[in-house]
Amino acid sequence: VERSDAQLVEALRSGDEETFRMLVREWHAPLLRVAQIFVPSRAIAEEVVQETWLRVLGALDRFEGRSSLKTWVFRILANTAKTRAQREGRVIPFSSLQDPARVPEAAVDADRFLPDDHAQHPGAWSSPPPELPEERLLASETRSRIAAAIDELPANQRAVIMLRDVQGWDSDEVCNALDITEVNQRVLLHRARAKVRNALEDYLSVENQ
Amino acid sequence: MIDTEAFSCQELVELVTDYLEGALSPGDLRRFEEHIALCDACTEYLRQLRVTIRAVGAITPDDLSPEAEAELLEVFASWRATV
Repeated sequence: VERSDAQLVEALRSGDEETFRMLVREWHAPLLRVAQIFVPSRAIAEEVVQETWLRVLGALDRFEGRSSLKTWVFRILANTAKTRAQREGRVIPFSSLQDPARVPEAAVDADRFLPDDHAQHPGAWSSPPPELPEERLLASETRSRIAAAIDELPANQRAVIMLRDVQGWDSDEVCNALDITEVNQRVLLHRARAKVRNALEDYLSVENQ
Repeated sequence: MIDTEAFSCQELVELVTDYLEGALSPGDLRRFEEHIALCDACTEYLRQLRVTIRAVGAITPDDLSPEAEAELLEVFASWRATV
């Protein structure tokens, strides 16, 4: 049974451990992913998540329901992670979340297309995507390659693809949790998905040779 | 006939996410669909992106280890003791 945010907060305030355990289980993976945008290691991200829960519990009386409980918790996480990153002496690239378009990245390498000055078909595929059979893309042994490709992404792209495509959040939830615009969220998602597809193309075409 | 409005393949692959997110303007959506209707390579690219999204959805998020869960429950217990 879905409980409202007000009911969840009330249960936490009354000390209900089961409610706390449920929220911890549901949000642990996304909290870790978002923390890792800001801090350099998984171990520090785990500490940030712990500190976040402590702050959340301490601030429950101040939760006013103007945003969802989830958004509120992820805002506290982001603040906690930023503070921790500064303490670690890490410079947070402000542009990494707010302005991902500053460094353009192509979804597919430019050398896979005919040049812009081509007489008949400028920008058409010169090296089109090879056919990748659906059953190979979805095969369980392909999963470790997908996980590896996601690990290689910049932390902000990794967080967005994990929240959207692994956790199944909708774009509003991701924008609210990360405090980014719809456009920036789409840019990050676009790059992340394109890179995972490229990695799968490399992996499956090498294998076919 | 040269359709100066048409997307090239290189432009189209950059619009795939906007297309899937329903974020294209009506004019761009029409040009996107017109291109896809005639281009096998871009149709294949779009199909692969859709399957990639499904495949990403099949990986398991980081599980909460029993140790980490126990630590968090301790955080909860110590907080509860103070209120």
